[in-house]
Amino acid sequence: MSDPLEDPYDDHILDHFESPYHKGHLPHPTCSHSDRNPICGDQITVELLVDEHDRVKEAYFDGKGCAISQAAASILCESIEGKTLDELKEFQAREMLDLLKVPLTASRQKCGLLSFKVLKTMLYSLDQQQEPPSSG
Amino acid sequence: MTVTVPEFDVEAVRRDFPILQQRLAGDLPLVYLDTAATAQKPRAVISKIVECYEQYNSNVHRGIHQLGDRMTTELESAREKVQQFIGAGEADEIVFTSGTTMSLNMVAHGWGRKFLRPGDEILLNPMEHHANLVPWQLAAAATGATLKYLPLTSDGRLDLDRLDELLTRRTKLVAVTAMSNVLGTINPIETLARRAHDVGALICVDGAQSVPHMVTNVRSPQIDFLAFSGHKLYGPTGIGVLYARRQLLESMDPFLAGGHMIREVYLDSSTWADPPAKFEAGTAAFIEAVGLGAAIDYVQSLGLPRLGAYEHSLLVYAHEQLQQIPGVKIHGPGVEHKGAILSLTVDGVHPHDLSDILDRRGVAIRAGHHCTMPLHEFFNLTATARASLAFYNTRQEVDALAEGLQRARKVFRMK
Repeated sequence: MSDPLEDPYDDHILDHFESPYHKGHLPHPTCSHSDRNPICGDQITVELLVDEHDRVKEAYFDGKGCAISQAAASILCESIEGKTLDELKEFQAREMLDLLKVPLTASRQKCGLLSFKVLKTMLYSLDQQQEPPSSG
Repeated sequence: MTVTVPEFDVEAVRRDFPILQQRLAGDLPLVYLDTAATAQKPRAVISKIVECYEQYNSNVHRGIHQLGDRMTTELESAREKVQQFIGAGEADEIVFTSGTTMSLNMVAHGWGRKFLRPGDEILLNPMEHHANLVPWQLAAAATGATLKYLPLTSDGRLDLDRLDELLTRRTKLVAVTAMSNVLGTINPIETLARRAHDVGALICVDGAQSVPHMVTNVRSPQIDFLAFSGHKLYGPTGIGVLYARRQLLESMDPFLAGGHMIREVYLDSSTWADPPAKFEAGTAAFIEAVGLGAAIDYVQSLGLPRLGAYEHSLLVYAHEQLQQIPGVKIHGPGVEHKGAILSLTVDGVHPHDLSDILDRRGVAIRAGHHCTMPLHEFFNLTATARASLAFYNTRQEVDALAEGLQRARKVFRMK
């Protein structure tokens, strides 16, 4: 049972917030998507460079908002580089929250999952763009 | 600025509020600074509601039996209490609704959609809560009327220098909050009412924040429509009030239709009951209305002017303490122009994170845009952290807020 006084703002989150991994833009991203949580003003854009083997070569993010949302985006980019699109399709919200290493209340989980949601939406539309497999 | 704290036994008053007696996890006291979102309830209100349910709960108006008679008497007594509380001329000018939002929608629908014509103007301003903006957007879209916005000054007050230009004979309604739920700004309702009537316009006042904290008198200045909620007035949720002058209630269209609001029902048509019944379709939230009456009794027993004076002294103390913290900015006007609401930003700490860190120390505030996206846009803010004070808060609680802000700055390594 977590200590309710324990701040989620341990070094892991704060380091990513203050020195984010790959915060910025790719010159020629394969795909990009943005989303925001209008209730609180958190906003995230994620850009991916995907190679010919459907593997994420580089992941960048940009955005503004609370420390949890921005740190989560940085942590996400760091962890998805090198993974294939298929692996990312299997990536669950629970695993994303585990990457943050700190327990979050339901409302803060929304902040922590914003970049995850952006990634998932992007993967879904990439899927839609691919040719359907031939039948028979 | 030194302020003499008026004599007010806040500890005695706090004992009236059961929820304030608890300790949170970690044996922390609850520091509740979110009354603008919803107020805590005194035992007198809770007990009255329990008494209704335990002793005479039964449907109102229609029953002949003694329980129904008692319940109806209590309901209509609550209506009179509201009438006296806001200085209305008749109890029939008090319509019970589900809250401020419902009340404002009723005006936009029953008055706005019926009487607005293309070319008519509604004067609003950017500090309004969405409840006093969005219904007017819909009414304007439906009728061809236009929305005009009175700009704000840099310190979050209405720019009255622009009033002549924007309040004209084309204006049919001025919709304005008496107290901003974000900035705390107290608007000059007297001036606006007079100027509106001079050009033949009506004035519709959002009283959600003002009615619980300042004395309201709808006949001086003459207010045409007033909306407020029970749950911000130390009463239950699910109940609010629309006050409107009798003549307006008689000419407006009803909002919801069904039982109780009719006089006669034929197969093809119906006639309406007199106000307030005309606007109270269905089964009233009668228990909640009685709870609201009990809340008004409680506030009146302490004296609203006295409570307001104490809250103001607490506000002044809060401004003094918080403005000393580097990087803290309290948005809006100086203390002489506002009620006890403080919306602030802290350099380098997002309001969400601020709210989270404070919560872990038992301090409850609110973060976000507080249903005022245009206001935040006007001041180029994505979000603010809002602390709101009531007469059950203390100087020690303001200190806890200040300490929490200092802690947040440390966590985020701000110098």
